[in-house]
Amino acid sequence: MTFAAVGRDPIDPAEVLGRVGADEDGAGLLFVGVVRDHNDGRSVGGVRYDAYEEMAVAVLREIAAEAAQVVGTDRVAVVHRVGELAVGDISVAIAVSSPHRAQAYEGSRFVIEEIKKRLPVWKKERYSDGVEEWVAGSTPMSPTGEAEQP
Amino acid sequence: MVPPSVEIRTLFFASYRELLGTKELAVDLPEGATVSDLVSSLRSRGGAFTVLPGDPAVAVNHAYADPTALLNDGDEVALIPPVAGG
Repeated sequence: MTFAAVGRDPIDPAEVLGRVGADEDGAGLLFVGVVRDHNDGRSVGGVRYDAYEEMAVAVLREIAAEAAQVVGTDRVAVVHRVGELAVGDISVAIAVSSPHRAQAYEGSRFVIEEIKKRLPVWKKERYSDGVEEWVAGSTPMSPTGEAEQP
Repeated sequence: MVPPSVEIRTLFFASYRELLGTKELAVDLPEGATVSDLVSSLRSRGGAFTVLPGDPAVAVNHAYADPTALLNDGDEVALIPPVAGG
């Protein structure tokens, strides 16, 4: 069973890792995305993530299911946080387990890259000078695969 | 006779929400209207709406949709600014 969630509570990475694993798995991999204190040369004090929550959960479930195909196991768990986050807070946690490490690394990478491409979540950074800006993101592809023009 | 129309619940997020100063609008369109007709109709409202891209990413009922997708009465359509999760 894959697992995907979007929520406002702080993410407990151990809890996410605990959702994967099986007797046949020799590799368990946890990735966390963390709010960093700088971006593009500017000092970042904190960020706010907004989401189209109903759709984000659906897309995250889709991504987890696709990752399961990549990994070849159904042991994929991903949690994305929204709301106000401080530097050092975990914004996303991805756990994957598989019999061998290669599939786990591949599946984990797949999940984070697909999140960047198509999860309907937006990030507003708050800089140390008080200015706030939406982070320039990626334009999701339309279903026919045509890249849409920004 | 009033020609048949569809009512679309249109949602705005992040930078689009701030640009327009609203998160939701009910938009009436003629039956047979597509996603791209909805975007044109929004842009023709003038003011900040003209700043919306002509071909934004759009989701219909929580799934990404093509500009040519047909809209039905009661659809929820979201204009999706470039995404920045992770």
